[in-house]
Amino acid sequence: MDKLIYIVVGSILVNNYVLSRFLGICPFLGVSRKVETAFGMGVAVTFVMTLASVATWMAYNLALEPLTNALGFNFTFLYNIAFILIIAALVQFVEMFMKKSSPTLYRALGVYLPLITTNCAVLGVTVINMNEGYGLLYAALNGMCAALGFTLTIVLFAGIRERLERNDILPHFLGFPIALITAGLMSIAFFGFSGIIK
Amino acid sequence: MNIGKIIKNGVIDENPTFVQVIGMCPTLAVTTSAINGIGMGLATAAVLVCSNLMISLIRKIVPDKIRIPCYVVVIASFVTIVQLLLQGFLPELNKSLGIFIPLIVVNCIILARAEAFAGKQGPISSFFDGASMGIGFTLALFIIGLARELLGSGSALGFTILPVVFPRTIMMILPPGAFITLGLLMALLRYIGRRKA
Repeated sequence: MDKLIYIVVGSILVNNYVLSRFLGICPFLGVSRKVETAFGMGVAVTFVMTLASVATWMAYNLALEPLTNALGFNFTFLYNIAFILIIAALVQFVEMFMKKSSPTLYRALGVYLPLITTNCAVLGVTVINMNEGYGLLYAALNGMCAALGFTLTIVLFAGIRERLERNDILPHFLGFPIALITAGLMSIAFFGFSGIIK
Repeated sequence: MNIGKIIKNGVIDENPTFVQVIGMCPTLAVTTSAINGIGMGLATAAVLVCSNLMISLIRKIVPDKIRIPCYVVVIASFVTIVQLLLQGFLPELNKSLGIFIPLIVVNCIILARAEAFAGKQGPISSFFDGASMGIGFTLALFIIGLARELLGSGSALGFTILPVVFPRTIMMILPPGAFITLGLLMALLRYIGRRKA
C-alpha cells in the first residue's frame, strides 16, 4: 500500500515528469498554446503511456530476459531498440483505432498523435520502470500516473500561456524565453510538494 | 553544398538549441555543470554524425513509406553502441547522465536532421551536417552548463572560481534554474543578434 501511494504521489506531483525530471519538454512547449489542445494531447499521452508501460514490461520480462536465460547470451542490451519499436507500433495502432472508433477525438488531436512516438516521456517512463524493477501492476500504474502528471502540468501551463498573450512583454522575451521562465516559476511551485513523501 | 556554409549553418544560423529550440529535454536536465553539458553534447553529436552518415548511405534502398521506423532503428542501434562504450570507458559520466543516454533515441534533433537533411543529401555533406549540428548542440549545452555551475556552485569545469563571500544560488542547479537560465540566455542572444543586425 505504501509503495502504491509513493508511486501515485511521486509520479504526479513530487517527481513530476515535466517539471522535475525534464521528460516530455517538446510537447510541453510546443502544444501548450491552447488549453483544449493541451488537454487532448494529455489524454492521448495518458493512453499511449499506460499501454506502453504494459507492453514494454512484457517485452522485457517475457521475451528479453527468458531469451537471455535460455540461450546464455545477454539480450537485455537490446531493450532500447525493442522499446522504441514497440512504442512506435503502439502509437500507429492507437491512431488507426481512434480513426475508426472516435473520429472526433482523432481529428481534434490531428498531427500531435504521431508525434507521441518522439515524446521522450513515453520512452523515459518505460526505461524508469525497467530500472526500478517494477512488477506489471506497478509499471502500469507508474505509466498512468506519470501521464496524469504530464496532463496536469501541460493544462496548467496552457492556461497561463493564454493569459500571457494579452500582456505587455519585452520584445526579446516574446515566445520561448517567457514560456521557459514561466515554466521555471511553475517548477518552483511544484518544488513545494517535495516534502509530501520522504 | 559547400561545407563551410553547412558548418556555419549548424553552429550559428540554425543552432538546434537557441534558434530551432529542439532537443530540450537533455538540454535542461543534464546541464547542472559544464562537464556534464559537454559529455551529453558529445554523446549526442557522435550518434548524430553516425546516423546521418548511415541514413544518407541507405536513403535510396529504404522505401519512402517506412522510412521513419527504419531511421529510428538506425538511431537506436548507434545509441546502444554509445551507451555501451560510455558504460565501459566513462562509467562516472554515464552515471551522471543516467536515463538521458538511452533517451538520445527520441532526441528530436537527430530525427529532424535525418528527415530534413540526411534522407535527401549525399553522405559527405550529411556527415558535415551532423558534425556541425552536434557542435552547435554541444556548444549550447556547455554555455548553459557553465552559467548554471557558476551561479549555483561558484565553479567552472569543477574549479572553484568565485570567492566564498559571493552568494551561491542553489536554485540554479535545481530544476527551476534550468528553465530560467535557458529563458534568459535565449532572450540575451536575441538581444545581441538584433543589435548586430
